[in-house]
Amino acid sequence: MDVMPKWVDIIVVPLFSLFLAAALSALLILAIGESPIAALNLMIEGTLFRSAGWGYMLYYTTNFIFTGLAVSVAFHAALFNIGGEGQAMIGGLGVALVCLFIPWPHWTLAIVGASIGAALFGMIWAGLPAYLQAKRGSHIVITTIMFNFIAAGVLNFFLVDVLKPAGSMDPASANFPASTHLPTFQDIAGIIGFEKAFRSAPANVSFFIALFACLATWYLIWRTPLGYEIRALGKSGPAARYAGVRPVKIIMIAMMISGALCGMMAINTTQGESERLILNFTEGAGFIGIAVALMGRSHPVGVLLAALLFGFLYQGGAELALWTKIPRELIVVIQALVILFTGALSLMVRAPLERFFISIQRARV
Amino acid sequence: MIDFLTLLQVLDSSLRLATPLLLVCLAGLFSERAGIFDIGLEGKLLAAAFVSAAFAAITGSVWMGLLAGIFASILLSLLHGLASITLRGDQIISGVAINFLAAGLTVVAAQDLFGQGGRTPPLKSGGRFEPLSFPWASSSKEMSEAGPLMQLYSELLSGHSLLVYVALLTVPLSWFVLYKTRFGLRLRAVGENPAAVDTAGISVVGLRYAAVVIGGILCGIAGAYIATSLQANFTKDMSAGRGFIALAALIFAKWRPWYALAACLLFGFFFAVDNRFQNILLPAWSLSCILGVISIALLSYVWRKDYLDKVVLGGLALGVAVIAFMVVNSVWTTGITSQVKIPVVFIQSLPYVLTVVVLAGFVGRAIPPKAGGQPYVKER
Repeated sequence: MDVMPKWVDIIVVPLFSLFLAAALSALLILAIGESPIAALNLMIEGTLFRSAGWGYMLYYTTNFIFTGLAVSVAFHAALFNIGGEGQAMIGGLGVALVCLFIPWPHWTLAIVGASIGAALFGMIWAGLPAYLQAKRGSHIVITTIMFNFIAAGVLNFFLVDVLKPAGSMDPASANFPASTHLPTFQDIAGIIGFEKAFRSAPANVSFFIALFACLATWYLIWRTPLGYEIRALGKSGPAARYAGVRPVKIIMIAMMISGALCGMMAINTTQGESERLILNFTEGAGFIGIAVALMGRSHPVGVLLAALLFGFLYQGGAELALWTKIPRELIVVIQALVILFTGALSLMVRAPLERFFISIQRARV
Repeated sequence: MIDFLTLLQVLDSSLRLATPLLLVCLAGLFSERAGIFDIGLEGKLLAAAFVSAAFAAITGSVWMGLLAGIFASILLSLLHGLASITLRGDQIISGVAINFLAAGLTVVAAQDLFGQGGRTPPLKSGGRFEPLSFPWASSSKEMSEAGPLMQLYSELLSGHSLLVYVALLTVPLSWFVLYKTRFGLRLRAVGENPAAVDTAGISVVGLRYAAVVIGGILCGIAGAYIATSLQANFTKDMSAGRGFIALAALIFAKWRPWYALAACLLFGFFFAVDNRFQNILLPAWSLSCILGVISIALLSYVWRKDYLDKVVLGGLALGVAVIAFMVVNSVWTTGITSQVKIPVVFIQSLPYVLTVVVLAGFVGRAIPPKAGGQPYVKER
């Protein structure tokens, strides 16, 4: 049977999907009465031509790397973790408890503690749906959706009734002590003599943890026996079971890794940016992880690139909302179209490309 | 204790809040009974809410709004059908995409059309569904003097918008269509064993599209209800997770119409209680008893189970026991008969917690349609 070349599958199909999404969005911008070219120029100028733009973009990218990796690890085990949002919220709770109640001498120690707290809390929150899927057969999509809402309730309870400092009206925790504050890109640039770079942008050292997570995930999935078992279970349950893979164990582990990655998103937003725990700090990043994982084809390199793209879109979208009458929600539309074309309508996108490249191959032979 | 009229008012608001849940839940029922998972209910509800509010605002007629809302919802249903039936894509991903599409497009369009920060202007009287008052129903002023039966009649039964009664009528109608007609039998069969339906020479694709479109119509009515009756305009993200709560209700109801009515009324009641009462007080002893019983029940269940069950459910039991201890501890000085405040968020989270319990199968196992979520491939 003819198959299309692998590079087409990996590079051309996602890019073509992106092109379709961009074309439809351009039509939408035209319908609003703005120029798509001018909009794109504005997005590029506001994001890539200013260091602060880069600072915001990489801040968003950090979130999306974590959640994108989380969704991809679950995808490899044929599980759909739609609960990244809830796992990130509970991860934020872990970060806040670690930062508020343990006296950290220096941020380098605090970030290790906060990462462990975030990962542990996210892990527990993903572990319950995983347990229900593995042992009781409850559909993981439905349970993780329910756990998103329950997590919102738990976070709300902790912020309103437990962590809120006395006398404050705001549903937020107290500010974290200064010794837990993470150096931002502005601080780092200042050390090497560029005081003006990345001014007031929220990107911080957790970006490097996200990069490390990419590497670790790649190693785990493609270079360890555990990763092999995860992929085997995802490709074919019965075959993996026959080969001695224990589905209950693998489902638990894959989901808990996924939850830990989602939880770790909170070190960027909570410890790095707001420096206290607030409501709605996840801002939908758990769901964007789905688009990132689909676009990046569940590979850490792809996830990194897709996260950069979405970081660009988020920062660019903010610029558009600032300077034109295109609202920020345009980015949500683009995100929906990307999910639609790379995920649900992938057969429609792939079929013509497949025909085209196979006919070229035949002509060459 | 609360008086009878207050109780009636809470039930009345339960009914109003349950209405959109019920319509969306039945939409999901048709779709899932035909083997198509529909995470995109939320998106359809939101899109219908916006389109109906926008059309009602522009034309001044609520009926035009209703029709347009249904049309928009059907369009999204067809998109879901195209992705998941014709192109055999992933139904969950398609649903997620539809939710985002609706969340983004409604605000972009509202901002472009009306320029009010993603809202539609408030609807005037012709653009709304007004409450219908039944004959001889007493008005709200003279309600407190009326007798209990009259209060029941005027407060609970009368005074809802037309769509509330439509939603209630949809329940027997859905039951009749699903269980008493040939179409319903085939629709249920296609969700359990599409190959058998195909062998009998009936179109699987046709049936599934029909189910998805019925779902679209119901979501459309629900959307029109929240934007032209429950509220009098569209606001950003006004569906507020109702599509997902309806999905929870659907599981709670084990994919059956009458159970769906009960589940939606129960969830509506939770919301009404949450809206009406700021502080819910329970005696500390009863609360700690309930928590203790849950904890002991979990522990006795895992007693003879394997390691994983012991860790997860045992951990859960421990967590519940810790909360019970904290409750007892907090009233230590004031005595065990004193009252403790139940956090508001607990009532809000109750529908989801109950759904997870039902899904887990500890209380009344919920078994979904067998072929749900799988695209049907004719040739194998």
